[in-house]
Amino acid sequence: MEKFKTLDAMAIPLPVENIDTDQIIPARFLKATDRIGFGKNLFKDWRHYKDGSVNDEFVLNNDAYHGSILVAGSNFGCGSSREHAAWALCDYGFKVVVSSFFADIFKGNALNNGLLPVQVSESFLQALLKGIKEDPKMIISVNLEQQLISAARLNLSEKFEINPYKKLCLLNGYDDMDYLLSILDEIKEYEKKDSF
Amino acid sequence: MGKTLFDKVWDSHVVTTIKDGPQVLYIDKHLIHEVTSPQAFNEIKERGVPLLRPKQILATADHNTPTKDQHLPVKDELSRKQLAALSKNCADNDIELYGLGHENNGIIHVISPELGVTQPGMTLVCGDSHTSTHGAFGSIAFGIGTSQVAQVFATQSVVLEKPKSMRITIDGSLKKGVLSKDVVLYILAEITANGGTGCFIEFAGEVFENMSMESRMTVCNMSIEMGARGGMIAPDQTTFDYVKGRKFAPKDGEFEKKVAYWKTLVTAKDAVFDKEYVFKASDIEPMITFGTNPGMGIKISEAIPENDNESYKKSLQYMGFTQGASLENLQVNYVFIGSCTNSRIEDFRAAATFIKGKQKASNITALIVPGSQLVAKQIKEEGLQEIFEAAGFELRQPGCSACLAMNDDKIPEGEYCVSTSNRNFEGRQGQGARTLLASPLVAASVAVEGKIVDITKLV
Repeated sequence: MEKFKTLDAMAIPLPVENIDTDQIIPARFLKATDRIGFGKNLFKDWRHYKDGSVNDEFVLNNDAYHGSILVAGSNFGCGSSREHAAWALCDYGFKVVVSSFFADIFKGNALNNGLLPVQVSESFLQALLKGIKEDPKMIISVNLEQQLISAARLNLSEKFEINPYKKLCLLNGYDDMDYLLSILDEIKEYEKKDSF
Repeated sequence: MGKTLFDKVWDSHVVTTIKDGPQVLYIDKHLIHEVTSPQAFNEIKERGVPLLRPKQILATADHNTPTKDQHLPVKDELSRKQLAALSKNCADNDIELYGLGHENNGIIHVISPELGVTQPGMTLVCGDSHTSTHGAFGSIAFGIGTSQVAQVFATQSVVLEKPKSMRITIDGSLKKGVLSKDVVLYILAEITANGGTGCFIEFAGEVFENMSMESRMTVCNMSIEMGARGGMIAPDQTTFDYVKGRKFAPKDGEFEKKVAYWKTLVTAKDAVFDKEYVFKASDIEPMITFGTNPGMGIKISEAIPENDNESYKKSLQYMGFTQGASLENLQVNYVFIGSCTNSRIEDFRAAATFIKGKQKASNITALIVPGSQLVAKQIKEEGLQEIFEAAGFELRQPGCSACLAMNDDKIPEGEYCVSTSNRNFEGRQGQGARTLLASPLVAASVAVEGKIVDITKLV
């Protein structure tokens, strides 16, 4: 997994609440047996109409907005556990997703892929969304070590929470698999005493 | 302070606690299917690590399978390849697979309980969010991502922070025509689609105690729709009677020993939950959803609530509904009875009891998709097949089908579908399709009437 330390980038605003993983990557694109290439189908049915034509109103099709930070409404990533949602966001080029609330499974999947979910207060989220709308080139800075997200242009910053273990994993590019394999003997010991 | 049911099962499965961090939870049973497992098999192959406990894995093909002509080669090339990958991966790793056409094949959350794989006090995971279903047995069951599927392959463990606890208590008796699906849609409407986030929910009280295992599974299945990690119900005699005698259930003296342990899996009287809700059974009526998340539900007799939120308005726009309107008499052309929420024999009995002697409305296409081969067999043996076919319903072969429309079972753009599944997300049942979630009884009534009716006036 790639390390994550800091990021200064422009952001793409998506002020919709309860964005489920079926929107992020529709089920019909889950037939692959590898992890690559999901980015082209990210938000497929919001980016394109059923006849394949481009929906100019959708933010990813708006040339004014670029960047590797997605700023989205509350309860992002709810629904299906498909990790393909995290793969699609990463493959498209996102490194950070900012929301006032993340669904549990999505959050875990994102962290296992080096995609940082930054949970902020609703008021901070609204301020960011407003700021990006006013200036699509506005830079947002994310510092994992300091657990700080800031927008210098708005003179705003906020601390965000992340589990210390997960923080260490991201800073060093380790994932849970590395850790679990390192304690395999302990797991086998547990199995001996487990009667259920 | 005593322990909750959840605490008891969780604490007994903790391998170790990471300093200032999450815990390592041992997993008893790992359920897999074709869609979320191939990349996990690839990962362990690339890392060169073997599967730790292949005998603790149960595999099925369900998401990406046709519900017609299952004896023929799968037409869609990508689907065929994905199914072939599952077969090869299972064969290479000595994993029990109930593939397409096998007598035990079906939706993973239907077959695991009916084979007796799911048992009280266990930890179960699957790369599927509706793994919460198995909590109906008093087990800790939850969905995981594919990276975690690989982790469980290699170490039979996951790294997880212990969720907060929530209890939802409902006492009293349910009204006529109110099924377990209505109970869970009612809870969702009350606490919303993120009301349970960060929590594991225990469902308690007379309503759940009086439910069959099938009904309890419907409730726990949709706990994920509340944003919860999972839901569970304390095991009792109903649970023990259901498990007893099933293929993988403990046998003879072993079963009695297990029951003695399972009986201890109840929440202590003085246990404290992080959050508690109490509802009354008498307040619950047949429900239907009107929006694009499962928390957007109303009693069929109610009007769509008014709300100024932009996402709410976007949702109603997608559905083609207006605030304050009633859904009664809305013409609907599609009905789907199936999915891991409502595809067990009890669901089809409920639908058949209503349908018997009636005909589906001429505008309706009605799809009946059993959750497993066993349920399909029961439908036939109990004479339900004749009832459905005589009424003009189409009985298909088992699978996830139109719940997520990965196969050919899709609802056309713009059409309404009253569905017994679990998600009414935009495009969930097909691009542009508009889903209204309801119970099998409500779905049956819509199929017969060709429009939404207040079922309480018909039963």
